[in-house]
Amino acid sequence: MALLTCTDLALGYDGQEILRGLNFSVAQGDYLCIVGENGSGKSTLMKTLLGLMAPVSGEILTGDGLMPNQIGYLPQQTAVQRDFPASVQEIVLSGCLSRCGLRPFYSRQNKASAKAAMEKLHIAHLSRRCYRELSGGQQQRVLLARALCATQALLLLDEPVTGLDPAAAADFYRMVNELNHADKITIIMVSHDIRTALANASHILHIGDTVFFGTVQEYLGSRVGQIFTQQGGMQDESY
Amino acid sequence: MNLIDKLALYLQYPFVQYALIVGILIALCSSLLGVTLVLKRFSFIGDGLSHVAFGAMAVAAVLNLTNDMPLVLLITLIAAVLLLRTGQNTKIHGDAAIAMISVSSLAIGYLLMNLFATSANLSGDVCSTLFGSTSILTLTQTEVWLCVILSVLAIAAFVLFYNKIFAVTFDETFARATGTRAGMYNLILSVIVAVIIVLAMNLVGSLLISALVIFPALSAMRVFKTFKSVTVCSAIVSVLCALLGILVSILAGTPVGSTIVAADILGFILFTIIGKIGGKYQ
Repeated sequence: MALLTCTDLALGYDGQEILRGLNFSVAQGDYLCIVGENGSGKSTLMKTLLGLMAPVSGEILTGDGLMPNQIGYLPQQTAVQRDFPASVQEIVLSGCLSRCGLRPFYSRQNKASAKAAMEKLHIAHLSRRCYRELSGGQQQRVLLARALCATQALLLLDEPVTGLDPAAAADFYRMVNELNHADKITIIMVSHDIRTALANASHILHIGDTVFFGTVQEYLGSRVGQIFTQQGGMQDESY
Repeated sequence: MNLIDKLALYLQYPFVQYALIVGILIALCSSLLGVTLVLKRFSFIGDGLSHVAFGAMAVAAVLNLTNDMPLVLLITLIAAVLLLRTGQNTKIHGDAAIAMISVSSLAIGYLLMNLFATSANLSGDVCSTLFGSTSILTLTQTEVWLCVILSVLAIAAFVLFYNKIFAVTFDETFARATGTRAGMYNLILSVIVAVIIVLAMNLVGSLLISALVIFPALSAMRVFKTFKSVTVCSAIVSVLCALLGILVSILAGTPVGSTIVAADILGFILFTIIGKIGGKYQ
């Protein structure tokens, strides 16, 4: 049984389909990269998987004991967060909120798991620092630690390296790899960066006019994969 | 010495004591919410809602209601819920929605009061609702109790939902995605906001409420950098400014509302300077 299975999924806003015929599944320990052109519906797919939007048709099944709200999420940063007065610890702890239920305050156990998450991502020494004064890479680690507090099963990352410099981006990818390999945390990542996607992921979901789902090897052998990776390569060289 | 004697004399009067109790409680409540509202980019909601309350008061006056509080509270509450709901996805966005509701209720309120004037001194009535009246000095015991109960409820709700309010303010999408019922907490937030706005109308009037909501939060954010310290600091600043404002207005005979706001402005300037100096030495 897979962690997450989508069958005949169609996505869109206000009943207007923008993407249809999505069939894919994610098993425990997979590393799935979602790639596609701008505007192909990557972020919409993300929101639908998180339950923030209802699918137009089709269904999303969760299995292996995964509850719909056990999905950790690393969103794109919002303008509000850039000048928000909050310490690293406060933000990481807020990931535990869904486990609190009706209890108004965090338990000692919550605080311990926040501390563990911060240590895992090497940001424990920053715990009292103000979030908005950190570098972009450090901020992403803080949000990743928060997501780890929410779940140990499945992480959804939405274009996580946008705005990071190449060194910080590489560092971030290494961190995600480590979580995937060492802690067996399942990763679903929306990415622009096709090269890194091919290098790190186990599966690729390509969305757009043609939809492809399969392992990285299958993708490289497919027609859509060949076209898209060549385009991606050409774009990279033109920078 | 003379000044202190005078103050001691005034403080013996129950109406001065009432004014201080109510003033401090309202300042405390509004500053607690202020942090969240400023961060959510809803600084002007205080303004908008208080204009709605003004319109509701006009309706109550036209209907000749002696106790207009329940009606005003109800109408403001509905407006608050609608405004904070529009935050996410509607055709008219946050700031435009607030501006629209705010000016229309102001206009309609004034229109109604003019058409169905019940008292001889219309412009005096309007002016005191807009800028806060001396009514804070003429509070009855029942009104004081009502204010105490509502503020205690508002503060209790804030403390109990503190962590949830933080999470929803910092990142609503994440909170929703991980199963926090963000919609419900937004609703609770708007209810508390509405209650406090209606209470604060007596104190500073509907044009100046925004000052009470935003200044303490903005002052605290100049200096402090965690959510908790900002919240605590803004509460303290707000209470001190309200205290100072009320005492000065009693001694100097100035209007209560504008004196409190002037104290808040001074506080903001002070904290900006502290923030600048402190920032250099870090």
